[in-house]
Amino acid sequence: MSQKTPLYDWHRQHGAKLVEFGGWQMPVSYEGVLAEHQAVRERCGLFDISHMGEFYVEGPDAENFLQKLTTNDVSRLKDGEAQYSLLLYDRGTAVDDIIVYRLGSERFMLCVNAANIDKDREWLKGHLSGRVTLDDRSPEMGMIALQGPKSAEVLARLGFKLDSLKRFQCVEAALGGVKGLVARTGYTGEEGCEVFLSGKDLLSLWEVFLKAGDNSGIRPIGLGARDTLRLEMGYPLYGHELSDEINPLEAGLSWVVKLEKGDFIGREALVKIKEQGPMRRLVGLVMEEPGIPREGFAVMRGAETIGKTCSGTFSPTLQVGIATALVSPSSGAESGENFIDIRGKMKKAKITKLPFISQKK
Amino acid sequence: MNFPEDLKYTTEHEWVRIEGDVATVGITDYAQEKLGDIVFVELPEEEETIDKGDTFGVVESTKSVSDLYVPLTGSVIETNDPLLDSPEIINEDPYGEGWMIRLKLKNLQEVKELLDAKAYQKLIEEEEGA
Repeated sequence: MSQKTPLYDWHRQHGAKLVEFGGWQMPVSYEGVLAEHQAVRERCGLFDISHMGEFYVEGPDAENFLQKLTTNDVSRLKDGEAQYSLLLYDRGTAVDDIIVYRLGSERFMLCVNAANIDKDREWLKGHLSGRVTLDDRSPEMGMIALQGPKSAEVLARLGFKLDSLKRFQCVEAALGGVKGLVARTGYTGEEGCEVFLSGKDLLSLWEVFLKAGDNSGIRPIGLGARDTLRLEMGYPLYGHELSDEINPLEAGLSWVVKLEKGDFIGREALVKIKEQGPMRRLVGLVMEEPGIPREGFAVMRGAETIGKTCSGTFSPTLQVGIATALVSPSSGAESGENFIDIRGKMKKAKITKLPFISQKK
Repeated sequence: MNFPEDLKYTTEHEWVRIEGDVATVGITDYAQEKLGDIVFVELPEEEETIDKGDTFGVVESTKSVSDLYVPLTGSVIETNDPLLDSPEIINEDPYGEGWMIRLKLKNLQEVKELLDAKAYQKLIEEEEGA
């Protein structure tokens, strides 16, 4: 039985196509993925992402606990700052990718992927030690993202200056009278914010944003465009570019792995992998022939399979098929001709660095 | 949603316009709506003979891939090549400019097995109700 966000009825009433995602009934699109994608790149879009999970980690030993469980350096955070991070298994592969928010010296919030809420909670619980508590508030909390170049203008109409926050900072604020935690984060590569709030206030804030954004061309955006937007930026999606079989060094995420910070779960394995050199590396592929790569397609160099695609789609910005893939590091793949096996047909593709498009902010 | 009375339909959501021994084939309004924004189409070579039920091409939207099935045995006499550069035409005008292939039919008896507009509409209601 899949869960519904407090905006479920709103989505249905506004023509959303709904799909099951991570155990939730979520809108995949309203007017169409391409139009929604473009709205976010050119104006601004509003996302109901209440399927995401929120855990509160509190107590005098909360920071030590998170240092042990996550790969990034929690000690670098000040109150009101956040960092992208990872939970790893001992073997160095990923339990999940998360954002850690420091709300106070003994108070942290973790934002985790919807499909991993139960797994992450049990993983964290199983490692609790000292004076620290874990509270999974995912069921009663909601989350809305406002993304796009006009986001600052929309927030300004609500009396909130986006520039008062740096990237990955957050603050408690009231927007149109609705209280929430406003974070300058996102998953699109565009300017904007994500707001955490009580699920019972979700519809109020949603309507506040739609009204404030009316003159800025604001649109509700489904998970379809959320995926094309994140893929153009090369942002990983758990289960695709990162998983319990993929480690962060392969996924190009060594920048969130702070080996020098002291011990953490998975560190030993990563040190070894780093010494030996990762077995695979994440690259981008841009099609040079008509065709759209999808997940799990073979990447070929001549007759040799050099890897497999993690995600693939049609890039609305570049108007061409794009994919991420894990390929063998020794393939020297940039220099020669590469192909993607699209349902039995070899289609030429060029290996590129990620992201596919440059970040504006 | 619109299902013209003068067309025939398949359970795979293709429409067929029969004119003598030539059939024009496309996908229905329901199919394009379900797929969402169509961003890629693959069509067969002309003169290729295809058996009923075989695939003749592929349509892809941002999220999904669907095979196209030949509703009637025949040889491909024409393909709608402008779709290759502008697949969005299928979303905009599925029964008109969005047509995909023209077939010279080998067995006119097969036409009887296609659905009429009423039967197709009933099929969709059942799919939606399920």
